[in-house]
Amino acid sequence: MLKFLEMLGSRLLRFIEETGKIVQLLLQACRWGIRPPYYLKNAIRQMLEVGVNSIPVVLITATFTGMVLALQTHTGFQRFNAESLVGTVVSLSMTRELGPVLTGLIVAGRAGSAMAAELGTMRVTEQIDALHTLATNPIKYLVVPRILAGIVTLPLMTVLSDIVGIYGGYFVSVRVLHANPTVYLNRTWDYLEFTDIYSGLLKAAAFGLIIALIGSYKGFYTRGGAEGVGKATTGSVVISSMMILISDYFLTAILF
Amino acid sequence: MIRISGLHKSFQKNHVLRGIDLEVRQGESLVIIGGSGSGKSVLIKHMIGILRPDTGQILIDGDDISQMSEEDLNAVRKKFGMLFQAAALFDSLSVWENVGFGLKQHTTLSDSAIRRKATERLAMVGLYGVEDLRPSQLSGGMQKRVGLARAIAMEPRILLYDEPTTGLDPINADMINNLMISMREKLQVTSVAITHDMVSAYKIADRIAMLYRGQILQVGTPEEIRDTDNPYVRQFITGQAEGPISKDLEEELMQRGIQ
Repeated sequence: MLKFLEMLGSRLLRFIEETGKIVQLLLQACRWGIRPPYYLKNAIRQMLEVGVNSIPVVLITATFTGMVLALQTHTGFQRFNAESLVGTVVSLSMTRELGPVLTGLIVAGRAGSAMAAELGTMRVTEQIDALHTLATNPIKYLVVPRILAGIVTLPLMTVLSDIVGIYGGYFVSVRVLHANPTVYLNRTWDYLEFTDIYSGLLKAAAFGLIIALIGSYKGFYTRGGAEGVGKATTGSVVISSMMILISDYFLTAILF
Repeated sequence: MIRISGLHKSFQKNHVLRGIDLEVRQGESLVIIGGSGSGKSVLIKHMIGILRPDTGQILIDGDDISQMSEEDLNAVRKKFGMLFQAAALFDSLSVWENVGFGLKQHTTLSDSAIRRKATERLAMVGLYGVEDLRPSQLSGGMQKRVGLARAIAMEPRILLYDEPTTGLDPINADMINNLMISMREKLQVTSVAITHDMVSAYKIADRIAMLYRGQILQVGTPEEIRDTDNPYVRQFITGQAEGPISKDLEEELMQRGIQ
């Protein structure tokens, strides 16, 4: 019993310590981010890494999500003759929820893990220490561009995700299930409000921050050689995915 | 130039540095020797402010860097160049970008001027035509040379070497030794090296300091160290398997086993 309590206590302490370090890293990134010089080249390179290179997988996922959503909704709504509302459900689901969350989860797995692995390798091979010796703040040089890339890129990718998801739903409804295209499109736009789109994009920006911050944190504080880099990479995906899903609820509760 | 007093550093329960007092004089070459885990790397990282002490002072030209803000510390760091054990080159950058990194960050020189300067520095360490290669395309010895070229690019006054000959074959190791001597002569720098390579230590040092279990046991000229009466220093420099260092290690292992 005592051992169990000890274990529980030490895990709680570690959780509090890690949370504190993550917040500290964010505050330092804000502090260093506003001061010149600005590493725009680094930020653009990260945007390419986070955004452009993740586009194919995001597009495929969003398209099929929109398609399956239309298929499932159609089956359910058929039971009470509400098939005409499939377009509304697809568009609202994609913009408010699935667009940002799926994009976030995919980028967390792809780019967040890459950030942790790259920074982790830099830590264990002393490249981060080398930055210090060259009078360059590593948080400013490495972490700030990644956070900036996450916040800017995720909403842009979510826009793409929303568009192809809605089109996927349209394709299945109209081409496969033979819904009336005019009615489908009318129902898609009639109930879609601007707040649905921008609150989804705000959530995406928050997810971008989470992915970049957790990926950077896990990489930046890696210990223990190749094994440590592996743990940091896995840890970044697990933690950022959980944080995305948890924060999704709270952000939705606040924003809608 | 560098004066360290009462330096203590712990990592959780591990008390690594236990009251270091050490002075590095202007223009000299000080070599800190000691076994693995004696705290050499931790000590040298304190000199350039990568690590902060728990207690104690580190004075660089009279300024205490132990409590300095990161901004002020960066100004002090421009006086330093450091060569890392595995060179620590940035693998996302080419060789000339690595060498010119400090110039890019802290000067208004154009890229072509930085490249020219990088080429000059590479020539000083005996490397030609490698500017556009990636660090991963170089051998270990060449990476160390590039690391040295990067360390001297900003014309520092103090050069720190972290295990400069570790992992190199004897010929490459001696070439690095010669480079360290020529850097000192050409650039008039103060140098501090940590190593457990006694051949290198005797060749490059004006003075040698022996670090053992977080404390400085003895500081002296290479001759004084060679003729030492201290049994710990004697065992280390002669590389004997038996002696007080091994005894301490056995006792520690036994204690850990009992616990």
